Amino acid sequence: MSKVPIRVTVNDREVEVWVRPNQTLLEVLHDEVGATEVKYGCGEGICGTCAVLLDGESVNSCLMYGVQADGAALTTLKGLGGDDKPPHPLQERFLEHGASQCGFCTPGMVLTAFEFVRDHPDPSRDEIRTALEGNLCRCTGYTKIVDAVEAYARDQRASKS
Amino acid sequence: MKRALTETEAFRMVGRSFPHRDFEQKVQGAMAYADDWRLPGMLYGKVVRAQVPCARIASIEASAAEEVPGVRAILTAADVPRNGITEDASGLEIGTVIQPVLAFDRVRYQGEPVAIVAAQTPAAAEEAAELVQVEYEDLPGVFSPEEALQQGAAEVHPGGNRLVEWRMHRGDVDAALAGAEVLIEETYRTTHVDHAYLEPEAGVGWIDSDGVVTLRVSTQVIEHAREIAQILELPQTKVRVIATYMGGGFGGKEDMTIEPYLALLVWKTKCPTKMVWSRQESILARQKRHPFTMRYRTGATRDGRVIAQDIQILGDAGAYPLLSPRVLFAGAVTANGPYDIPNARVQATAVFTNNVPTSAMRGFGAMQVVIAYESQMDRVAEALGLPPADVRSVNFLREGSRLVTEEAIDTPVAIEETMRAALQGLGPTETATPADPSKRIGRGFGCNIEPYGRTSFFADRASCWIGVEPDGTVTVRTGITDLGGGQAASLAQIAGEVLGVTPDRISVHIGDSALTPLAGGTFATRQLYMSGNAVLKAARELREKLVPVAVELLEPGGGQVEFAEGCVRLRDDATRFLSLPELVRAAESRGVFAFQLTTFEAEVGEFDPRTGKGRTFPDYTYGTHATEVEVDIETGMVRVLKYVACHDVGRAIDPLRVEGQIQGGAVQGIGYALNEEVRYEQGICESTLFADYLIPTSNDVPDIQAIILEIGPGKGPFGARGIGEPPIGPPAAAIASAIADAIGVRINELPITPERVLAAVRQGSIGGR
Repeated sequence: MSKVPIRVTVNDREVEVWVRPNQTLLEVLHDEVGATEVKYGCGEGICGTCAVLLDGESVNSCLMYGVQADGAALTTLKGLGGDDKPPHPLQERFLEHGASQCGFCTPGMVLTAFEFVRDHPDPSRDEIRTALEGNLCRCTGYTKIVDAVEAYARDQRASKS
Repeated sequence: MKRALTETEAFRMVGRSFPHRDFEQKVQGAMAYADDWRLPGMLYGKVVRAQVPCARIASIEASAAEEVPGVRAILTAADVPRNGITEDASGLEIGTVIQPVLAFDRVRYQGEPVAIVAAQTPAAAEEAAELVQVEYEDLPGVFSPEEALQQGAAEVHPGGNRLVEWRMHRGDVDAALAGAEVLIEETYRTTHVDHAYLEPEAGVGWIDSDGVVTLRVSTQVIEHAREIAQILELPQTKVRVIATYMGGGFGGKEDMTIEPYLALLVWKTKCPTKMVWSRQESILARQKRHPFTMRYRTGATRDGRVIAQDIQILGDAGAYPLLSPRVLFAGAVTANGPYDIPNARVQATAVFTNNVPTSAMRGFGAMQVVIAYESQMDRVAEALGLPPADVRSVNFLREGSRLVTEEAIDTPVAIEETMRAALQGLGPTETATPADPSKRIGRGFGCNIEPYGRTSFFADRASCWIGVEPDGTVTVRTGITDLGGGQAASLAQIAGEVLGVTPDRISVHIGDSALTPLAGGTFATRQLYMSGNAVLKAARELREKLVPVAVELLEPGGGQVEFAEGCVRLRDDATRFLSLPELVRAAESRGVFAFQLTTFEAEVGEFDPRTGKGRTFPDYTYGTHATEVEVDIETGMVRVLKYVACHDVGRAIDPLRVEGQIQGGAVQGIGYALNEEVRYEQGICESTLFADYLIPTSNDVPDIQAIILEIGPGKGPFGARGIGEPPIGPPAAAIASAIADAIGVRINELPITPERVLAAVRQGSIGGR
């Protein structure tokens, strides 16, 4: 299958990448772009480890083709913070609360939580639990993840008031 | 929540929580897992798997597959230099059967590897794998242990389907049962369960410039390098395994997963190769937790004292032994629970079937039995009209009590304290009736005993190298693997405690069979116990080497020095000190080198399989979980409303990580209790979709209140007990008990699905609160 070019913005960096039309966005990001923080967990859209923000909204990148993202702005976990940038406050809350154990769910989990708190600044614990339902974690039992997201939302409200 | 019931020693690093570098990398997306690695010219490997569970291989035709552009190699059994894996899982040369790397003349379970393919792209590898034509001639199979043990049943391997049978006994069970005032006789069943770690099996291999076949893989055990060398018929120095930080293991990466297949393709093609198993092939073909059928007969006196218990356990081993002998052994030793039962008999049998092989999974045989021994305790209490906590109290093990093997428990047992703390943590019973008339509320709890450390006849050991660098930072090298529980981070805290250095100035290098001293892998809740003790021992030995140099320089007449805050200083005058760089320089100029290599050896004991007596495990961790559930008697749905989990860990090295183990184990256990099951029909997996394998989501579980007790010093560093596996033990028992409290019927079979709840509701008269 011959490759076609697509142009995407990944964490504020514009990239042109040649992809096979049947490559998933997950494969494009992980294997072609080198955004290895986007993880393969199931390929069925069940586990959420491959979640990225596409024009600001979270999607499971295993459930769409790379060509469908042509022209889009994509944010992965590294787009929030780390590397050259200071860590994002949500990443810091995850670290402090021990919300990451094996860390494999963390990229998708943090992005989903980021999007949720952005849109719902004052969530209850139950609302956080419902929002994260599409991101599976097998290590933590979720309590510390909810702790971290709750603390982050509280900080965000405090810094805005 | 952390409650230190003993006097806290003056620790500086131990007992606190540090943000360790690996967790920083994880929250920033910088951790390079097994799949996140790539080399120039890399090929992609794919396994061709049996589609049927029991058949003769009539032919394998690969010519169409070879035509696929980009295909570089297709290997079948004939291409494997030594096509067999032999594991003496019992340690006593019982139940050893050779497992082919690639099926040769026949297949014994659905998903068994038959061939492997390497190609230039993942798509080409997949296409070629689908084009490998295997012709099967079905053979009669056996698909349950009961069926497999019948006279004339088809044999999975020559010599019969009984893989191993452990027998242990203490006292006179028959006489005691005959004299019991209450006799409870029940059968409990559990099912096939998947580890469902989020990182599927993965790795990259290459041949290094020195000719070493090198695999960078997600594994719990780097020592598999030796088995891989045997398969390739290479010297054991010519295979190297590097373990990545894992995206979860839970025992599922304790046996080899991709390693032999990846190694064969690398060895054959001489090209770097990557292999990643899909989630669906992981569910289909990788080993599962053993389903147990457990028949219990329990006799008690009127005061609630259990005087006799007779137990028969059947475990479905699937088509190959893997670690089944050891799993059933752990189940047998702990089948009587944390109770001192003077007359006890256990028979635990692992049986070959043509189902998927079963092996290690968190809890390892000692967790399946919990629902049985705890439900029996509840039933004794019900029959006698006694509070279930009181019945447990009179039967609990104490230091010095004997297990069914007649060995004595030689550390303090704080099971009673865990039970009191968990019940207290649940809070007072709220008598408010649910608003919805179809809902019933119930409470229950379960206690457990779980070994930590390998069986004592394995003569376990772990090695560690530790050194102070010229700049005063510390390097630790030890061949452990890190599943995500903070295994490496804990070692930094232990080393730092001894050398007075904060963990951020300590680098722990792990998991490389060529470069790190071997430490025996991370499984059996042994890592903190074994490697933690190895690091503690090495750090102390290193400190003792350096003390004379420090004394000579600081107080030549002789004095007491201590290591603290990156210095060595006089104990009674902190203004007189040497920085670690000064100390290292001074030491080396005197021919004292600032590193130490040492080995920690576990206690060794003998076990006689004929008498069932002797030493089994080094020690145990005890705990109790308590829960409140809501049962909908119209839909059968069970919702866990409150959950408290308490374990005595002796000493919490990093309390945040201990809480994480407890909370995570509890939630895995809730999934095991209510949802998780890989279903097979005549050996055929009914669904390989993750969508159909229901692990708990954030919305399925409440907050888990973890209560850490530090009461009974264990055998780990600073008195720690292992906590990796223990928290998965009690949940199913606690939930079954709470459901029984809610609806008045006790369910003996896991998972407790809505269908089973409804069946129980129909069968019983609806009581509950």
